[in-house]
Amino acid sequence: MATERIETLPITYNYKVVRQFAIMTVVWGIVGMGIGVWIAAQLAWPALNFDLPWTSFGRLRPLHTNAVIFAFGGSALFATSYYVVQRTCQARLLSDRLAAFTFWGWQAVIVAAAITLPMGITSSKEYAELEWPIDVLLAIVWIVYAVVFFGTIIRRQVEHIYVANWFFGAFIVTVAILHIVNSAALPVSMTKSYSAYAGAVDAMVQWWYGHNAVGFFLTAGFLGMMYYFVPKQAERPVYSYRLSIVHFWALISIYIWAGPHHLHYTALPDWAQSLGMVMSLILLAPSWGGMINGIMTLSGAWDKLKDDPILRFLVVSLSFYGMSTFEGPMMAIKTVNSLSHYTDWTIGHVHSGALGWVAMISIGSLYHLIPKLFGKEQMYSVALINLHFWMSTIGTVLYIASMWVNGIMQGLMWRAYNEDGTLTYTFVESLVASHPGYVVRMIGGLIFFSGMLVMAYNVWMTTRRDVLIAIPKSETVVATV
Amino acid sequence: MDINDLRGLSTLFMLVTFIGLVIWAYGRKQKKPFDDAANLPFADREAAERTRSEVLDRE
Repeated sequence: MATERIETLPITYNYKVVRQFAIMTVVWGIVGMGIGVWIAAQLAWPALNFDLPWTSFGRLRPLHTNAVIFAFGGSALFATSYYVVQRTCQARLLSDRLAAFTFWGWQAVIVAAAITLPMGITSSKEYAELEWPIDVLLAIVWIVYAVVFFGTIIRRQVEHIYVANWFFGAFIVTVAILHIVNSAALPVSMTKSYSAYAGAVDAMVQWWYGHNAVGFFLTAGFLGMMYYFVPKQAERPVYSYRLSIVHFWALISIYIWAGPHHLHYTALPDWAQSLGMVMSLILLAPSWGGMINGIMTLSGAWDKLKDDPILRFLVVSLSFYGMSTFEGPMMAIKTVNSLSHYTDWTIGHVHSGALGWVAMISIGSLYHLIPKLFGKEQMYSVALINLHFWMSTIGTVLYIASMWVNGIMQGLMWRAYNEDGTLTYTFVESLVASHPGYVVRMIGGLIFFSGMLVMAYNVWMTTRRDVLIAIPKSETVVATV
Repeated sequence: MDINDLRGLSTLFMLVTFIGLVIWAYGRKQKKPFDDAANLPFADREAAERTRSEVLDRE
């Protein structure tokens, strides 16, 4: 039956929506990271908030996180999931119209966020700041996304559902649940609502959401990306398909419990804190299962890393993933957390995952993807990809190293006591000591951000129809589609 | 028997499920289907070529 359908109706893929999301990934990456550099500069030189409420740190910080996570990361996930699900199911998206609706709906959510957050309209839930009308729109867009994605899987021409789609599927389903449960609220006007939960329960729901946004949005989704683009770019199947299945089920069943580590030493019951800590420690195993599976895909072909900067992006992102998923469980240990919590170490940890893993795997995937979406053999300039790779790596390292130094120093200064029991340092002394780290962090961020501008130029030249891309003569061009 | 026995049993249940999953995934019977699945990213040449010419022809 399946073969008959291919004969009567030769399918093509919907690349239009993938193109749209791919281009917007670059655009929102520049916007979101640009705001990040700005607020990093504000922390070093506070006058840069211009004494205006709309440009104050408290309002721009959620704009930065929303822009990089949901606008940049979200667009990258939409682009790659729509691409991967079509290509590995050998089926066109369920509906071009619904797919277009998810694109325009998602952009509308982002624009609404960019308007309301600087105005100070916020539900004040971290990573879920958007007020209820935007939350409702987001939920609708997300459900349509699920319909398009799973509808395409149902239409597949192959027997097996490729592992990347399992990860994308888990990401879509879980994010829908997280968003709808955590955003439940009682509206009192168009711009104000109150959470449906109160007290410690509210905190627990918030961090069940918050940590699983990390686990499913920023991990499972991007592992989906990894499982397609690493094998594809390395031109060899994934190292162990069996491991991919075992670590998938382990990852999704353990991640969901790790949220309480955000609430160590708070009003959350002690047993819940310990549970969160233990589950976070166990999480190391499935996380590293994914990392090992990705990196070992190159086993026997390490030489490819030498002259393929795209593969370098993908492999280095996996190294950062392994590093931050080791650091995370360690920081979830309560005694370590008593030092690290509320310090810049946390911000460093987040960015080792966000810049090193999420952004770099997305950038690598986009460099693989964009030429194909525009019918080109490869990107306009491989040298510029290489430049971007080094800018991203150096930027990330400067960022996380400065935050490690700052974080551990702050933690030690805050807990230092004199013999008579008084604090050794005032808070402002720790702030003054942090200043050099803030400057280094801003420089690291600026380098990473500048790399995105290099990418934008390279993408622009790749998409232009009047620019022919020269392939070096030494390479035997096998059109890898 | 109280609620805590149920909690203990649920842990045991998860452990058995996990071990079962590992045995299933690493079983000899799954080797062929998994090898096929692992090659899916390289199996859609025709449709991809068709889409590529569509992209080049657009407008």
